[in-house]
Amino acid sequence: MPVIRFLLPIIAWMLLAVTPARAQLTIEIIGGAGTTIPISIVPFENESSWPLGMTGIVGADLTRSGLFKLIDYAGITPRPSRADEVKTGDFRARGADAVVVGSMRAVADGRVEVRFALVDAVKNAQLASMTYTVPPAQFRATAHKIADVIYEALTGDPGVFSTRIAYIAKQGSRYQLFVAEADGYNPQSIVTSNESMLSPSFSPDGTRIAYVSLESKKPVIYVQSLETGQRRVLANFHGSNSAPAWSPDSRRLAVTLTKDGGSQLFLINADGSGAQRLLSSQGIDTEANFTPDGKSILFTSDRGGTPQVYRLNLGSNSVERLTYEGSYNVSPRATPDGKGFVFVRREGSSFQIAIQDFATRQVQVLTSGPRDESPSVSPNSKMILYAAEQGGRGILAAVSSDGRVKQRLVSPATDVREPAWGPLPR
Amino acid sequence: MQKILLAALVLALVVGCKSTDTQQAAPVEEGAGTTAAPGAGGASTSGVGTGGVSGQPGGSGAMSPLRDPRNILSKRIVYFDYDSFVVKDEYRAMVEAHARYLQANRSAHVTLQGHTDERGSREYNIALGQKRADAVKQLMLVLGATQAQIETVSFGKEKPRSEGHDEGAWAQNRRVEIIYVGE
Repeated sequence: MPVIRFLLPIIAWMLLAVTPARAQLTIEIIGGAGTTIPISIVPFENESSWPLGMTGIVGADLTRSGLFKLIDYAGITPRPSRADEVKTGDFRARGADAVVVGSMRAVADGRVEVRFALVDAVKNAQLASMTYTVPPAQFRATAHKIADVIYEALTGDPGVFSTRIAYIAKQGSRYQLFVAEADGYNPQSIVTSNESMLSPSFSPDGTRIAYVSLESKKPVIYVQSLETGQRRVLANFHGSNSAPAWSPDSRRLAVTLTKDGGSQLFLINADGSGAQRLLSSQGIDTEANFTPDGKSILFTSDRGGTPQVYRLNLGSNSVERLTYEGSYNVSPRATPDGKGFVFVRREGSSFQIAIQDFATRQVQVLTSGPRDESPSVSPNSKMILYAAEQGGRGILAAVSSDGRVKQRLVSPATDVREPAWGPLPR
Repeated sequence: MQKILLAALVLALVVGCKSTDTQQAAPVEEGAGTTAAPGAGGASTSGVGTGGVSGQPGGSGAMSPLRDPRNILSKRIVYFDYDSFVVKDEYRAMVEAHARYLQANRSAHVTLQGHTDERGSREYNIALGQKRADAVKQLMLVLGATQAQIETVSFGKEKPRSEGHDEGAWAQNRRVEIIYVGE
């Protein structure tokens, strides 16, 4: 298990070096992809002059994706720090298809120049290189950026290591909404309440987060600025206000309101004005989610007798049922690649995450339950973050959209739920 | 040695005070950015507390029928079967008593708070709890209460009465609570 062998020192280092923040998540990899890209990451020249291990973070990011295998560089001397110093034969002999090298150098006003290059050891060619000049406070962000560049160069998909996630943590009777880095680091509490919160959702432009809070003894939707922490009520109408979902342009949200009777879908401007009803149905319509082109909305409805996933075409106002197998298919989330959606299905008494293709209607069940819920898809459509239960406690988990890579995000002594994956940084 | 102990004690005290301070100063919300922003609208969590209801019962200074444990109006919870929104016969007399009270006291208002068991999607459960609250409301309207006196809201599965994970617990949690406004 080379992955584990690599991770253990990192996990040990995390435990020792980092101030334990409340609700810090630690990511465990449970299963990996069938094929992985063997990559050797050589510690950057002068990296040890600073406390944070830059290449360790890059390696942990890539490993966590399940698509990479780290190849030991030990024994290669002198250690290369530039692309033209890489003797690809040495790395090929160890099984590496790609090599990462780099250097760090102090420059003016405490900033550090970080250079790195990615070398294709098979073709003996440089694939990417970047230089960042950053203060040490930006080291983690820089490591994530480097991992993003490597991931994209070698897989063809954008990396999501620089994104953020949000989740709700419950400790005793206290609820907190946290925003953290995608690897679980630097969790920051942005709301604390004595009543439950649910359904956090990042605006696609990354500036705000919408969520539902029960602090005023009923569901009320808020939109909060991530920069200033200031929030405003988005919807506090008579009855319940819930299930906020941003439009791709971040200007409007689809929400579920009961002000006119029943749970019904409305569109509302991001400042809370102009609520207009989208549909009229006898039963429940809720859990709206825009498709990435903004032209339709997926939602859950019991109009057919059992809760199923439907699609509303906003142009023609026509509604089409999308799920047919089983008696409980809910919480649809369109994948950003536009190809399909993930949702929660019930099989017997087990709730599982599944993915359905729009074109073929084929369903693939990705998790085994028993209490999996609240899926959220990464911006590159490759991973799905969801809430699960382990030992009677809520945890977060992630699965790749092909079902092969599985991760658990564990936070000690805290009940964690309602994950949301943020957009790619702009 | 004693000095060190004393220093440690002082430090512990300072740390203790500090954490208490922060807890009291910012119970509601703080920004991910820099400043701690007070809750816009002020409502947020402050003044809401943990659900321990205090305050005065509506009506006169005499024992309110709403509070009298011998009066059916002191009963406030309607329980539901699994996947059901039907108010069972055993709760009809209680719901009717509340409807008649609202009919006789037009200034009285209630919130009907719907709840579900823990199974399934949080948001879909909000909608299911709403449907239960709406079912109780419909019955109250038929029996003499008016629209303006009733607000139906839902907590979904967010506030279970029983934390268990079996049918016994779930049956406790599928419910509508009748709450008089200002009570």
